[in-house]
Amino acid sequence: MRKTMTGHKAVAEAMRQIEPHVVAVYPITPQSEIAEYYAEYVHDGIVRTELVAVESEHSAMSACVGAAAAGARVMTATASQGLALMVEILYIAASMRLPIVMALANRALSGPINIHCDHSDAYLARDAGAVQIFTESAQEAYDYTLIAQRIAEHKDVRLPVIVNLDGFTLTHSVQVVEPLEDARAKGYVGDFSPNYPLLDVDHPSTWGPFAMPDYYFELKRGQQAGIEAVPPVFLAAQKDYAELAGRPYEGFLEPYRLEDAERALVVMGSTAGSAKETVDALRADGEKVGLLKVRLYRPFPYTAIADALAHVDRVAVLDRALSFGTYGALYSDVATALLHRERKPILMNYIYGLGGRDTTPQQLDQVLREMKSGDPDQGLRYIGLRE
Amino acid sequence: MKEIRWHGRGGQGAKTVSQILAQINLREGKHVQSFPEYGPERSGAPVRAFNRIAEGEIRIHSGVYEPSVVIVVDESLLDSENTTEGLASDGVLVVNTKCSAEEIRDRTDFGGTIIVLDAITIADEAGTGFPNIPMLGAAAAVLGSALETAEEEVRHTMGAKLSSDMLEKNLVALRGGYEAAKGVRVGR
Repeated sequence: MRKTMTGHKAVAEAMRQIEPHVVAVYPITPQSEIAEYYAEYVHDGIVRTELVAVESEHSAMSACVGAAAAGARVMTATASQGLALMVEILYIAASMRLPIVMALANRALSGPINIHCDHSDAYLARDAGAVQIFTESAQEAYDYTLIAQRIAEHKDVRLPVIVNLDGFTLTHSVQVVEPLEDARAKGYVGDFSPNYPLLDVDHPSTWGPFAMPDYYFELKRGQQAGIEAVPPVFLAAQKDYAELAGRPYEGFLEPYRLEDAERALVVMGSTAGSAKETVDALRADGEKVGLLKVRLYRPFPYTAIADALAHVDRVAVLDRALSFGTYGALYSDVATALLHRERKPILMNYIYGLGGRDTTPQQLDQVLREMKSGDPDQGLRYIGLRE
Repeated sequence: MKEIRWHGRGGQGAKTVSQILAQINLREGKHVQSFPEYGPERSGAPVRAFNRIAEGEIRIHSGVYEPSVVIVVDESLLDSENTTEGLASDGVLVVNTKCSAEEIRDRTDFGGTIIVLDAITIADEAGTGFPNIPMLGAAAAVLGSALETAEEEVRHTMGAKLSSDMLEKNLVALRGGYEAAKGVRVGR
């Protein structure tokens, strides 16, 4: 049944259906309403989750690690500074191969202090070892929270998964969402069986060990194998979900009118939706333009990106965060993906939407027009910036 | 696609009624969005909320700059805010005021359709005291929703939180606003 809800509520609904054993959250700013809704479900007895309200986001992720190692199905949610504080422990969660699923309401990192959307928080956690998925709408945020659970808990993966949704634009805006019935959602996610749970006292195991130069390297290589196992698992989990829910999800990327495009945008998150409007309008004028939306950000789908873009003449990669002193993080990944292709597009890097700066279809229209002749060696370009 | 901008003051319930307006249109099979403009949240500070209403899926996620309907819940904002900014010349301006449409035209220089209703008196006579529900009724009328659908949604949304007496009063306020704006529909 179609309902109206915010992105926050949509994620909370998915969490209610997953009904993890433990949710550990820091209950004040910069937390999201996701934790607030979930605390209400716990209070009202709608879920049997143990809600652990801790004193910081660092502790929230630490509690998640402890509970997950004990053998529990664990979830959390955060935003901006909260994720920054979690990152130290997120590296540990990934190294311990703990399938913690978390929503990240993408908001700018301080300073200056800002509560609005950009992707600097997600980029900060980029190398932590967590799987990262970006979503375009509240519907996708709901859907991929369920899909993330299957990916995180797959025996070949067992890693934290971050589901990104744009702060305010998706988290606070009321949109139409069609959730699955509870039984179907629960059936899709399935039961959880932990690996070597600490609470299995008959089979004692060591977690979070010390590893010196003689073993650290091999352990990190093992972790790399875990994230390298994600792509087929992602596709299978997404395919099962698409069939169950009747959604058009396919692949690591969503190409939009890209097949014969001469110019294209690459973008993640809610701006992809606005960009589709721009592409349609320019196509109506006979301009051969297209869009590539990145769903799976970590592990980065290099081959799929190169296959999708190799035929395009000019590509603008849009980053919603600065990586100070170098190009945007998404741009660098796309450039790497195309490096060894004989036929490759001219690439340009646009920085947009920092700290919640709005990005309109008209601005994207301008990008698609000006990139026709733009000098690719110009370095960073900015959308909607006063200079 | 229709785009709507609400002007109110913190605590007047502009954001709430923009959400209810979205739900009314969802009931009619439309695709909808409702979102507030976020700034410091203070009681009495000017706030804006927005709606998009369309027959098909709404993919755009940027702000609303060229609304076809503007609804002013608090008349004093006509003087302090540019309430008609970006409003299409064939659009509709709905104002909660005791003034006439001509007086509002003089104050705003807006050449399109102006609807005035005394939402405060409507709310007072209904016994609710809040102008947002009559303004919701007016918005529903301008956007071509059936009164019955609007009533159904208000019952659904507010019914759980209000006594049946207060719910009925809100329905009277809703109808008052709807009647005041009936007959004018936004063109696009």
